[in-house]
Amino acid sequence: MSALSQRPANPVVGQEIPHEAAALHVTGDALYTDDLAVRTHGILHAHPVQAPHAHARITRLDTSPALAVPGVVRVLTVDDVPGVNDAGVKHDEPLFPSEVMFYGHAVCWVLGETLEAARLGSLAVEVDYDPLPSLVTVHEAIEAESFQGGQPHMERGDIEAGFEGAAHVFSGEFEFAGQEHFYLETHCSIALVDENGQIFIQSSTQHPTETQDIVAHVLGLASNAVTVQCLRMGGGFGGKEMQPHGYAAIAALGATLTGRPVRLRLTRTQDMTMSGKRHGFHAGWRVAFDDNGVLQALDATLTSDGGWSLDLSEPVLARALCHIDNTYWIPNIRVNGRIAKTHKTSQTAFRGFGGPQGMLVIEDILGRCAPLLGIDPIDLRRRNFYVEGQDTPYGQPVRHPERSGICWDQVLSTGEVLARRAEIAAYNASHEHSKRALAMTPVKFGISFNFTSFNQAGALVHVYKDGSVLITHGGTEMGQGLHTKMLQVAATSLGVPLSVVRLAPTRTDKVPNTSATAASSGADLNGGAVKNACEQIVERLRPLREDPANAGLDWAALVNKAYFSRIQLWAAGFYKTEGLHWDSSIMHGSPFKYFSYGVAASEVEVDGFTGAYRLRRVDIVHDVGDSLSPLVDIGQIEGAFVQGAGWLTLEDLRWDESDRPSRGRLATQAASTYKLPSFSEMPEVFNVALLERAHEDGAVYGSKAVGEPPLMLAFSVREALREAAAAFGPTGTSVDLASPATPEAVYWAVEEARGGAEPPHMTAMVEGAPGVVPDQPHADAAPLQPRSERATQSASVGT
Amino acid sequence: MASTTGHEITVNGTPCALDGTDPSTTTLDWLRDRGLTGAKEGCAEGECGACSIMVARPDGAEGTQWTAINACLVPVAALDGQEVVTSEGLGRPDALHPVQREMAVRGGSQCGYCTPGFICSMAAEYYRAGRCATSPGADAAGDGDRPPSPDASHNGDRPAASDREAREHQDAAHEHGPNGFDLHALSGNLCRCTGYRPIRDAAYALGEPASDDPFAARLSTEPPAASATRMDGSTGTYARPGDLAEALALLGEHPDAVLVAGSTDWGVEVNIRGARTPFAIGIDRLPELRTLEIGEDSVEIGAALSLSEVERGLGGRIPLLHQMFPQFASRLIRNGATIGGNLGTGSPIGDTPPALLALEAVVVLASPDGEREVPLADYFTGYRQTVKRPDELIRAVRIPLPLSEVTAFHKIAKRRFDDISSVAVGFALDLRDGVVVKARIGLGGVAATPIRAFATEAALEGRPWSTDVVREAADVMRAEGTPMDDHRASAAYRSATLGTALRKLHAETATPQEVGA
Repeated sequence: MSALSQRPANPVVGQEIPHEAAALHVTGDALYTDDLAVRTHGILHAHPVQAPHAHARITRLDTSPALAVPGVVRVLTVDDVPGVNDAGVKHDEPLFPSEVMFYGHAVCWVLGETLEAARLGSLAVEVDYDPLPSLVTVHEAIEAESFQGGQPHMERGDIEAGFEGAAHVFSGEFEFAGQEHFYLETHCSIALVDENGQIFIQSSTQHPTETQDIVAHVLGLASNAVTVQCLRMGGGFGGKEMQPHGYAAIAALGATLTGRPVRLRLTRTQDMTMSGKRHGFHAGWRVAFDDNGVLQALDATLTSDGGWSLDLSEPVLARALCHIDNTYWIPNIRVNGRIAKTHKTSQTAFRGFGGPQGMLVIEDILGRCAPLLGIDPIDLRRRNFYVEGQDTPYGQPVRHPERSGICWDQVLSTGEVLARRAEIAAYNASHEHSKRALAMTPVKFGISFNFTSFNQAGALVHVYKDGSVLITHGGTEMGQGLHTKMLQVAATSLGVPLSVVRLAPTRTDKVPNTSATAASSGADLNGGAVKNACEQIVERLRPLREDPANAGLDWAALVNKAYFSRIQLWAAGFYKTEGLHWDSSIMHGSPFKYFSYGVAASEVEVDGFTGAYRLRRVDIVHDVGDSLSPLVDIGQIEGAFVQGAGWLTLEDLRWDESDRPSRGRLATQAASTYKLPSFSEMPEVFNVALLERAHEDGAVYGSKAVGEPPLMLAFSVREALREAAAAFGPTGTSVDLASPATPEAVYWAVEEARGGAEPPHMTAMVEGAPGVVPDQPHADAAPLQPRSERATQSASVGT
Repeated sequence: MASTTGHEITVNGTPCALDGTDPSTTTLDWLRDRGLTGAKEGCAEGECGACSIMVARPDGAEGTQWTAINACLVPVAALDGQEVVTSEGLGRPDALHPVQREMAVRGGSQCGYCTPGFICSMAAEYYRAGRCATSPGADAAGDGDRPPSPDASHNGDRPAASDREAREHQDAAHEHGPNGFDLHALSGNLCRCTGYRPIRDAAYALGEPASDDPFAARLSTEPPAASATRMDGSTGTYARPGDLAEALALLGEHPDAVLVAGSTDWGVEVNIRGARTPFAIGIDRLPELRTLEIGEDSVEIGAALSLSEVERGLGGRIPLLHQMFPQFASRLIRNGATIGGNLGTGSPIGDTPPALLALEAVVVLASPDGEREVPLADYFTGYRQTVKRPDELIRAVRIPLPLSEVTAFHKIAKRRFDDISSVAVGFALDLRDGVVVKARIGLGGVAATPIRAFATEAALEGRPWSTDVVREAADVMRAEGTPMDDHRASAAYRSATLGTALRKLHAETATPQEVGA
């Protein structure tokens, strides 16, 4: 057991405690960024002018009519930018565009004494556009060869040999939708100018350091003149990793120019029409199995729909490639990736970060092929699991592969899977218009930022003379319980009760140069840093503690004595994940510290008249190592699962693909048209267990990350829907299922199974056609990341 | 100019002046501007419930019912003289309300942003009169908010006779706690973090209010009266007349005035589409529009009763409506939305018109000249167009009795709770000796207006309620209307589900022997 992972006796970590802010949440006392507006005197409100074209050149922008609107204070345009006109780190996202790149693109921003004044002002701004041709779908982009960024290529084994000797070869295509984050709190920033030109920004951001970087470069300031604080977020899910920066910069620019505080809070419609989402993907694939259904080869080309700018599309795509194997050993594999450039919002990080998209491809393949192979999908998946000694396609040894099997067997047993499948068979035999199915899917998810440099974190731990402890760390709280875990880590490391420790909000002037709270790594990285800081203090206290004269002193008395003994009672902690290496140019290395494992079984019932369905029961066993905080971890697993089920079954992003003037407009831009899971979508029976004896040697107190991996357990819902739809047809029916599998999509799958209407959305899968090779990259296509990663690195230097 | 003096709202027990407030300000913005930032804006259209607050409303007898509503939709002027409670008023971090405590200790909050709204919706259900007497088994007795199934077995020992009954029993089991908590109370609250399980557990763990609970004590006294009011602001006026005559007179003076009841539609227009009006007339508290009369020949439902009030008042007497209510938006919306509003907007995708068309409802229109009655089937004239004149308002709808014996409401939507229908169908059939003697079918979502499925009705009437006839009639029904493609559904799917609706009804109502016939 490593020093990092070892727990002392009676640790506070592992205790089941509520969220540290739960009492504030339930009374409404917890403050979010916009709640500070009413508490900030003289604040101005910002409202965007959004372009009504998918693609157009701005030929005239006249802000003077807006200034005539009562209450309008100023209109911010590109002419106001003292620094760099860029909202990102790759210099492809002008904060104020001269060319509109998507429907709803913000052209300029109006500041008003009231939000109503700013809104009316935005209606008065006159803009002339010269519309340009646009690419709205990923198909259109592929046809036009409109790609951006690098084109990664991952290969192992002999792909052609894998296909040549195979008993079964299938090929097909699969296109699936993205997902709107729909954090309940929309993007929000409040900026004000302190004395001496210091900018202070309250932002709902997962990445305060990058918010600071972008604000600094837009304003032409050094980073030490900009401080960013995040109290908490009303949800992030990846949507506030890159996207908040431009809004913070607008607020900061407004505050700088007017000398007054500026609030920029997006309405839901603005948020949905302006901010990036989970990438939808297109996949072309061919796959080979032997007679026993053992995977022989996979050849796939993944094309993500990146939207108008790169944003995080490259690392998202890299993670998609690195997760197309899921838990399955594929000896011969070739996967190419590319990023379509379309006239849509710039798609970005979303819980799972490409992992779900990569894994969805292989799970879809297995779900479609199982009936054609005549193998029960449960058996087909199980017999392809990794075993000890095998490597991933990118060359990382798969450590603890047996955990997939352990989780699988436990779900089979506690979920009473075999008995229930017998009940389901009986139900289906006696019900003509309604069918049930139960499907199981596994998850293996790599933990760490693919990009090695990001795997570092800092913390600041203060012990005051009275023994009270104040901790700050570089991670942000978005509901995932990171602060709760960090309090537990600090109390454990210092050997004090939880009540002694308090946590201060995340601020860039407390802990600098932080990584985004992302990639599920918040607790691993910041926990390591908090623990490191605490251990420095404990070490300094050791001589006092070991002095027999101090025997019997309690913590407060010991600390007080230490102060008078001139012992430093605070410490800055640092942590970096050891043992990672990754060469993105050849997609090879060991980018992940470890893998998280989990298995889910989902049972659904489908109404054959309408395609409507219910999620009757879900059983999950998931590996979080030795849990730091079980209530938090169970909550993360359940929440991720339902969010994943939302992506796969319900949440339906529709863009106007017509040639009308509204082309490119997001048609589902409100809660009334974009439906999240509600109470009616939660599993009626929901059993979640943490894998026991799951100590992880490489992470803080033996724990594992939990934020993202369970989202992908929701594949079991989609596969159950597929199998239930197939049950309307003869045995061995393979059905295509659109994603999201809305009731309408399920209805068409049922119709397909019955031999009725062809589903309008899908391209057919072909059997035994090894000649169908997915698109291959041009010889001169650039490999993935190095360029953008260099850009990331240089941008964080600041100027 | 602004005559807002003297107007006040009691917030968490403290009277707060509305002086200087623009009447179009939403209750949510007004509360937040006062520093009560617990209620949040998540969507500004009554879909997410993060803004939920409790209002003291009449309980239908002499007392009060704590009623959760969407603060983002209701203009603050409409609450003049009323009494509201927010999450801050229910408890404090060091003295949590029982609802808050259950939510906190069970992991019911993660990011916490939706939480204050959940707390208010949950607290309203916690205080619902008779909740604790309701249990899943007792539900069929019809003493809860959820309707009894008209044809369901009340005998727990007898196996369910049809899939529909089985489904309703299943719903009752999963959607009601052992403490009588009706999960539909939370159907208008969205959480993006938890996956809902801990919230459901918190709701189902609630006991009875303590004997000294001040919010429970409030229930036995009358809520504030809805007195007449008028607030003039810089952008317009909100007026709540005292009675129908005054309302009609105001409407005569301001023919372009917006009639606002629960504001569940107008609030969306204001927030999302930037609609503003110089004159809004609040009609939700007009006594003449709040009657519910169950007579020999008809049931008359006041146009300004909230759907929740109608649901409670009818107590299951109109099974078709009782099947519709839980599918109509959410509890938060139903606590404000009215039948008058649903008909007044003339929307083709409202959920009450298909049901009311099947029930052959009549719209009672009032004007200074008196009243006239229009069959609902003649009421709609085009997309969001009706026969209602500018000087008229809807006073009531009248449903003729006796009711047909076989009725059903089918709603096709992406989500079961709180969604707008792609297709909605109301069925009312009379069978005699296995023959359809009368068929009334109302459709929503398949044309510019709600329509009657006349061709399908004709294909059924006078013919046996058999698999063959149903199949034939279903093909006719598939071709009803002129469905279109949009973000909710494709035209093909709309037609397909029109085609299957009748077969579904037949499968669910026929006894097993008839299925094979």
